[in-house]
Amino acid sequence: MAGKTLFDKLWDSHVVRKGEQGPDVLYIDRHLIHEVTSPQAFAGIEKRGVPLFRPKQTIATADHNVPTQNQHLPIKEELSRKQVEALKTNCEKHGVELYGLGHPNQGIVHVIGPELGITQPGMTMVCGDSHTSTHGAFGSIAFGIGTSEVEQVFATQCVLQTKPKSMRIEVNGTLNKAVTAKDIILYIISKLSTSGGTGYFVEFAGSAFESLSMEGRMTVCNMSIELGARGGMIAPDQTTFDYIKGRDFAPPSGGDQWDKKLVYWKTLVTDADAEYDKVVTFDAADIAPMITFGTNPAMGIKISDKVPSANGDESFNKALDYMQMEADTDIIGKPVDYVFIGSCTNSRIEDLRAVANIVKGHKKAENITAWIVPGSKRIEAQAIEEGLDKILIDAGFELRQPGCSACLAMNEDKVPEGKYCVSTSNRNFEGRQGPGSRTMLASPETAAATALKGFVTDATEYLN
Amino acid sequence: MEKFTKISSPIIPLPLENVDTDQIIPARFLKSTSRDGFGENLFRDWRFDKEGNTNTDFVLNKITEGEILVAGKNFGCGSSREHAAWALTDYGFKVVVSSFFADIFKGNALNNGLLPVQVSEAFLQAIFDSSSELEVDLEKQVIRIKDTGAEESFDISAYKKHCLVNGLDDIDFLLSNKEEIEKFELNRN
Ligand code: SF4
Repeated sequence: MAGKTLFDKLWDSHVVRKGEQGPDVLYIDRHLIHEVTSPQAFAGIEKRGVPLFRPKQTIATADHNVPTQNQHLPIKEELSRKQVEALKTNCEKHGVELYGLGHPNQGIVHVIGPELGITQPGMTMVCGDSHTSTHGAFGSIAFGIGTSEVEQVFATQCVLQTKPKSMRIEVNGTLNKAVTAKDIILYIISKLSTSGGTGYFVEFAGSAFESLSMEGRMTVCNMSIELGARGGMIAPDQTTFDYIKGRDFAPPSGGDQWDKKLVYWKTLVTDADAEYDKVVTFDAADIAPMITFGTNPAMGIKISDKVPSANGDESFNKALDYMQMEADTDIIGKPVDYVFIGSCTNSRIEDLRAVANIVKGHKKAENITAWIVPGSKRIEAQAIEEGLDKILIDAGFELRQPGCSACLAMNEDKVPEGKYCVSTSNRNFEGRQGPGSRTMLASPETAAATALKGFVTDATEYLN
Repeated sequence: MEKFTKISSPIIPLPLENVDTDQIIPARFLKSTSRDGFGENLFRDWRFDKEGNTNTDFVLNKITEGEILVAGKNFGCGSSREHAAWALTDYGFKVVVSSFFADIFKGNALNNGLLPVQVSEAFLQAIFDSSSELEVDLEKQVIRIKDTGAEESFDISAYKKHCLVNGLDDIDFLLSNKEEIEKFELNRN
């Protein structure tokens, strides 16, 4: 019998009941929730009169909606405040651990999961947010679900899921020096399109991913959803184990429990003779710093390239028109108004360090408003401990408090109409960062260099 | 959930590709803690300008009758927000037709009694060209253009079809598996 992919191994070991003509009943190890997609699910189980089945396997935080300034004060915006309050009431009522505003563990749901060691290899994880795919960086099956499915997990700790097909995306070779994890994934999406992964669960493999830190791997898996994929994963290795060791929810190290887990985790690889439904291969040497010019994440180009020629496609023209981008012109040099460094894609300590490294001793350009929003309270604290806060503030950046912020602009952090924002987040859809806002997705390095110059800038010149 | 068997309705054509869930329901309208009322803000930024004036060019403002939305390829991409499905059903849609759907959207739609019907590119074009009424027969899994009589069959999982036709939902089914779930947990520890 042919071997199995890592994805198959994990999926199959979590199937409670195989669906004969429909979806499988899939057991969920960890469930993360936040204020926006959970209230209707809590209301749902209450209406049915069923209890929350395994409250200890659910962890909650407030992130999507929270202000990033004056978090100690009551939330001003009434609807946001109500959602955050509803989360608190629901968690108390149903026995769910909540890291709410003001809690030292609070932060973006996909940042705190790994940071606290909740995310571990071999697990199934879900959350009512599409970027749950982030957690796949640890060799787990992690995917976003809708509110009805949140309710399924509340009621039964299971979701009904049809098993996706498997895809392997391999990138081998040595990365160019200025290339970051964000560039790798933007490159892949630009090649495969936003529907190239639809119906698949992706495993990223090859030396380019092996060389990445856990932060980088999270950035890659985070955006696998932008390929249309159900999720993305990377097999765990020493880098993974080192990252997890000693974290709050990790098995206690120095004892049997850690050793036992480690033995299991080391089995989490794809067998040499396993077959995927689809395999795509790229050469690391072809990848350069990337930026998007349009209104979906696949509309990305090498930063040194020109905006592509119009091809008569209506959606393409609409995107250029919305972005007010001219075909066949350089993107470097395009004036920018806002720089946003944050979101579950790029708001980890490594990202903050990368930005600080570039802006140290410089000032942002006058025309730029620069927001830097750490992914969690712990990252914020660490940034202060390392003195990054000073470097950033000296450079004219506004260092905000943790939350999703301008990634989806549900709180007051909105990019005004018609303004350009170079953003480290994951989506550049029309109006994503505020009605009429124009988003260009890029790495923290590119965003930092752009903030200094005031126009789209290749960070390479700042990297020594 | 309401039972779904057959429907015949004028269409609302939206011949754009990659319509993402941020367009279907922008994030700033996700702050409700109930499932109702999202229809009001369906396609908000296309339906209204920033002063709240009706954009008379947008199709939803031109055609008000119709329970079937017909859209270009890769409908529902982007954010997993189920609010997109709620907004569409709350507005009154029962069916969305496209040549391709984003995965999560499809799941969300089916969980809320909104039927996503995936058709071939050619058939989609034929629908746009005829702008006639459509008939969707879930039991037979057939979609038909009334004027021309052209038909195509569509796929749906047997399980989802069973749920829609009987007005059942996933949680009813999962709850009936509780014993097995508990057994599974015991065997893993
Ligand atoms: S940062 Fe953005 S993508 Fe990430 S969880 Fe928050 S809203 Fe979603």
